Amino acid sequence: MLEFAARFGETLLYTLRDVTPIVVILVVFQLGVLRRSLPNIRGIVTGSVMVLLGLALFLIGLEQALFPIGETMARQLTETAGSSSLTSAVRWEDYWVVYLFAAAIGFATTVAEPALIAVALKAEEVSGRTVNAWGLRIAVAVGVAAGVSLGCFRIVTGTPLPWYIVVAYVVVIVQTFLSRRTIVPLAYDSGGVTTSTVTVPVVTALGLGLAANVPGRSPLLDGFGLIAFASVFPIMSVLGYAIVAERVGRWRTRRERQGVES
Amino acid sequence: MRRFALSVGKQTLGALRDLAPIFAVVAFFQIVVLQQPFPDIADVIVGLVCVVLGLALFVEGLERGLFPLGEALAQGMARKGSTTALLAMAFCLGFGTTVAEPALIAVAAEAAEVAADAGFIGGSQAAQNQYALEVRAVVAVAVGLAIVLGVLRILKGWPIHRFIISGYVLVMVMTLFAPEEIVGVAYDSGGVTTSTITVPLITALGVGLASTIRGRSPMLDGFGLIAFASLTPMICVLGYGMVA
Repeated sequence: MLEFAARFGETLLYTLRDVTPIVVILVVFQLGVLRRSLPNIRGIVTGSVMVLLGLALFLIGLEQALFPIGETMARQLTETAGSSSLTSAVRWEDYWVVYLFAAAIGFATTVAEPALIAVALKAEEVSGRTVNAWGLRIAVAVGVAAGVSLGCFRIVTGTPLPWYIVVAYVVVIVQTFLSRRTIVPLAYDSGGVTTSTVTVPVVTALGLGLAANVPGRSPLLDGFGLIAFASVFPIMSVLGYAIVAERVGRWRTRRERQGVES
Repeated sequence: MRRFALSVGKQTLGALRDLAPIFAVVAFFQIVVLQQPFPDIADVIVGLVCVVLGLALFVEGLERGLFPLGEALAQGMARKGSTTALLAMAFCLGFGTTVAEPALIAVAAEAAEVAADAGFIGGSQAAQNQYALEVRAVVAVAVGLAIVLGVLRILKGWPIHRFIISGYVLVMVMTLFAPEEIVGVAYDSGGVTTSTITVPLITALGVGLASTIRGRSPMLDGFGLIAFASLTPMICVLGYGMVA
């Protein structure tokens, strides 16, 4: 219990250090430049304290429960996956459990990402509920799942990272011109928010574990890149979802109209 | 007080739903694929309770504190009408929240290790620390400039895709010329600059600005700051790798 309290205090201090520069900047501009006190100061102070306590609790819980398991599992899976092959050559099919785990853990950690929850809530409010917060989070999570899985495939095969990223960028550019303009900024944003507190540590552990255990790969050179995959693919999946949803909507209204005419 | 308890209770249920996929994935792989029991099951359960309560508190606090704060500030600055002050605040927020970001510190240290391994810098600890510090400063300035550019875009109503697409093209071209070893680190650095507290605040800032300035739509103009903040670090780390 005492140990837990000590760790909680330590994490709280860590979070505080993270927040202090932001608070200082906000206070300086509010009081120094605007020369006005904040409206509803009580709500803001309670809210900020809740955010701090909540984030500290969340992080300590993750460290206690999920990260050790995630890291052990990443190591065990990458160790056992390749051992079934009889030849010394690396065969990418031998690692299918790793791809499956990567997709599953990428999806699950993204759904729980607090930063993404915040952006999704805001988007739902601003769009007048035409963007559904839960739907957006699922679309982003599917993107991260596909990205991390493909990133693991890249580490196993040892193919150059830029090829994948350049192709992904070209796809995003084409999709941008096919989408409705209102969804584009939100889709671009969803690429950056996916990789925060929950996803980065687990995904990094997976990448480093994989690069260390696949013969011929070095953790230093091949372990990177999973975060990059996890930030580009959600843009694709959100834009893709918006394009499909719009096409389906248009097709439906056209059919209804035809139904009325005949 | 009762209303407070009620809303926290509601958030707790929401948090349980948010975290259910993680629990399911970990349990499935642990029990079915690896066929091993959980180590220290008591620790795990205490941790899970912390995670659920923490997420509930965080989301509730966000709606009470961080969102109103960011929006009030954005609206105040927009009404004041001083572009210089607004851009100065944008730079400070971007720089200030990034320079101390734990994920960035980790990536900068890795970048220094890669650079030392490839022989760009000396292998000594001092040289590596120096390099890591420079990478951090470069990225923090990059994020500061990104938020400035993003706010300027909201003020002027420029379409976002031109910026992002030019950024992508720049990244692709620089990839051809940058040392191969730095490319992976550079690509990853885009994802690490946006922390859990910065994201809600920056989002509220953008949406608040776009909804105060006449002729801007919050949906079309309010979002996009995060996108800028994840693109510029890539460009800057690639550029730094080419120069240093």
